Amino acid sequence: MNVVVDLNRCQGYAQCAFLAPRVFTMHGEEALLYTPAVPEEQQEAVLRAAAACPVQAILVGEEAGADAG
Amino acid sequence: MQGEPRDGRIVVVGASLAGLRAAETLRDEGFAGSLTLIGEEPHPPYDRPPLSKQVLLGKAPADRVGLPRRRPVDAEWRLGVRATGLDPVGKQVLLADGEKVPFDRLLIATGTRARPWPKPAEAALDGVFTLRTCEDAGRLAERLDAGPGRVLVIGAGFTGSEIASACRERGLAVTVAERGPAPLVGALGGTLGALAAKLQRAHGVDLRCGVTVTALEGDGRLTGAQFSDGTRIDADVAVVALGAVRNTEWLAESGLAAGPRGVTCDAGCRAFDMYGIVTDDIFAAGDVARFPHPLFEYQLLSLEHWGNAVAQAEVAAHNMVNPGPLRRPHLTVPAFWSSQFGLNIKSVGVPTFSDQVVIAQGSLKDARLVAVYGYRGRVTAAVSVNQAKALEYYQRLIETAAPFPPAQGAADQIESPAPVPSDVPDPKMLSHGPTVALTGHLPDRRLTLVQPAR
Repeated sequence: MNVVVDLNRCQGYAQCAFLAPRVFTMHGEEALLYTPAVPEEQQEAVLRAAAACPVQAILVGEEAGADAG
Repeated sequence: MQGEPRDGRIVVVGASLAGLRAAETLRDEGFAGSLTLIGEEPHPPYDRPPLSKQVLLGKAPADRVGLPRRRPVDAEWRLGVRATGLDPVGKQVLLADGEKVPFDRLLIATGTRARPWPKPAEAALDGVFTLRTCEDAGRLAERLDAGPGRVLVIGAGFTGSEIASACRERGLAVTVAERGPAPLVGALGGTLGALAAKLQRAHGVDLRCGVTVTALEGDGRLTGAQFSDGTRIDADVAVVALGAVRNTEWLAESGLAAGPRGVTCDAGCRAFDMYGIVTDDIFAAGDVARFPHPLFEYQLLSLEHWGNAVAQAEVAAHNMVNPGPLRRPHLTVPAFWSSQFGLNIKSVGVPTFSDQVVIAQGSLKDARLVAVYGYRGRVTAAVSVNQAKALEYYQRLIETAAPFPPAQGAADQIESPAPVPSDVPDPKMLSHGPTVALTGHLPDRRLTLVQPAR
């Protein structure tokens, strides 16, 4: 499972950093850093974080092109 | 458009963010024909913004930055092979391995690459890097892990500044060399450029503006650099952050309007040929595209922005599978972000399309503010520093061409309500070139993209 945050949309509410702190961390007051490849034990927390994002900036999905030949 | 728009063969050249989102949109819109994605890099699409941030900070490995997909895409992926030519009459893409891939409709999404250091012998020194691909980021992160004595960053655009920020956060000594008068000045103008300079110095960066690097020294391995002001430094790592080069060389014989400024297309992402006649089977999206934007007087814009790659790919894909009256224009307001030196910088509109700027909220002193840019009395851009929530409001002002300076809101006290010149320099003054290139022509301004002398 991979994650990407549309940081144009992100407004730094930091809900994700509370719900999945091992994947999303605030860097300074407002900038968000995330780990694109989600460890398996974090997947549920990341899905909760994506659902809770007030501006719906988090996209979660299978890694694109993983099946590419 | 010939035949059924939802059938036939579509080829996407460029398998990064724009190519991926276009492929997904094509399938979303019911395209049922054959779909081929061609990518020069051997990897499936990945996310580049983390490369200069999380990856250099050691918080994410460079080979684990894949993008999540929005939906499964039934496509043939041709990765690790470069497109070398386009035959627009025979309608095929030529590949480096000699193969020819036929298409009915083509999307050009070949993006950009890092502009290399102009002297090949110096560029080949061990310790000299560029930063564009995940391999670049992996090699650089590894070298930073080894604790170099000093890192030289050449060019203080967004990429160079983010690299410098990551190095300082790791506690490494950093020198930044920029030909222009300040970091970020090419994208944000004089007021925020001055703030960026202050910030870099406050974080311990040895910032040198108004100078160029005249030589990278070393014998096999980088040992130092000389500057145009006669000074020199010892450095064992140099990162060349001189901006990007658009990947259009493969189109040189195609008859398309493609060149160093990108592939010119209309508002619906359809590419023009060299006579200015629009094609109806070749489209362009992402960093490589150059398109007219009505909010900016229909000047041709080239945007090296994550959000533009997504939005333009969606429009291009929609238009590739829909007949004329159902097609959409690409009208998205340009937007980007950067995080550096603990600050979150976000931009909407085109700050370089301006003659004045005013700090509308917050203050430079606190490094928390919104700067609003105007051109001939209307709002054309806004940039927030640690004030992202305010930006949406100004986006609406841009979209509605609201008068500049904007009316004072209730949000914050204003430090200095008087607009000042936005001081956007001619891009040829910069080390790194613009990330937003106004490549049309304004008679009273010199905002055309100038290729630095080799």
